[in-house]
Amino acid sequence: MAAGSTYTPIATTTLGSAQSDVTFNSFSGYTDLVLVMNLGAGSSGADIFCQVNADTGSNYSNTRLTGDGSTASSSRNSNASNMRFSDGGSPQTTANSVTIANFMNYSNATTYKTVISRASNGNRGTDAYVNLWRGSSAITSIKIYLSTGNITSGSTFTLYGIAAA
Amino acid sequence: MANTYTLIEAKTLGSTTSSVTFSSIPQTYTDLKLVWSGRQSRNVYTAAYTLVQFNSSTSGYTYITLQGEGSGSPASQTQAGLTTDGIVIGGVDNDNNTANSFGSNEMYIPNYTSANYKSVSGEGGSEQNATGVLMLFTAGLWSNTAAITSITLKPWVGTYFDWLANSTFYLYGISNS
Repeated sequence: MAAGSTYTPIATTTLGSAQSDVTFNSFSGYTDLVLVMNLGAGSSGADIFCQVNADTGSNYSNTRLTGDGSTASSSRNSNASNMRFSDGGSPQTTANSVTIANFMNYSNATTYKTVISRASNGNRGTDAYVNLWRGSSAITSIKIYLSTGNITSGSTFTLYGIAAA
Repeated sequence: MANTYTLIEAKTLGSTTSSVTFSSIPQTYTDLKLVWSGRQSRNVYTAAYTLVQFNSSTSGYTYITLQGEGSGSPASQTQAGLTTDGIVIGGVDNDNNTANSFGSNEMYIPNYTSANYKSVSGEGGSEQNATGVLMLFTAGLWSNTAAITSITLKPWVGTYFDWLANSTFYLYGISNS
């Protein structure tokens, strides 16, 4: 018997104009989620942020490993008001960032949620992040936005669902 | 439901080969993902890279790497410290590394058919239960508006080497609908 689809596109968005954020809802029924982003920034120094379930409280933390072509470093943040997916690998006005975020076991209602991500900008840097959202509820919405300015027109976002069986 | 993640082509090397090329890549997917397991002919006890080129081009490449070798501090370089002939991604084992050890790597290319410059995310590394290995993340950019129709992979550490038998390469097309 052929297995059902394991890696399923849930939603895709290509921005027809610059906007401040992109939000995904309605992705129940999977085990993990993969969000693939190819995005540009309207302002320089714009890092990629994420909030889930519209939680704006200080319920996020992260650890990162980053390189900018001359310096490699690692650091962390506690009690942040958002997840962070990029620093050195952040998008620019002149070059996009390829960022892939894995939301592991997002639908369970027991544990805190861990997200691992990679951000790459060939002109600026590369990052590996692990984020924690200290929420036990299932994730039901994902909002992507920048630390400053808008996401540029033409940026693409695709959310995939991965089924464990 | 259409397949989202489709194997386009698989290559398993039966003998030493100077380079591996995926050509005539279908233009019907949204993104590409390339996964490879490699061992190369360099005969020293250190790690080695893969050089990736698009459409046989040797220009327009910029990238930043983040590298760790299991000791000391991690390092970060650009193409200026490595090569501008392609994008350096991941790690592969050398010929005198622990037997049967192959480096595992992957590269993701979103929107490979678009008329924009092509951004690339790569990662991978070699491990052999000893020193002389590496883990490498790469952020790459090919400043070319042409759609990607071919991808070439070559072992590289300052100069080109050869892929050894049993190295494998898988090219996947990913559709977003």
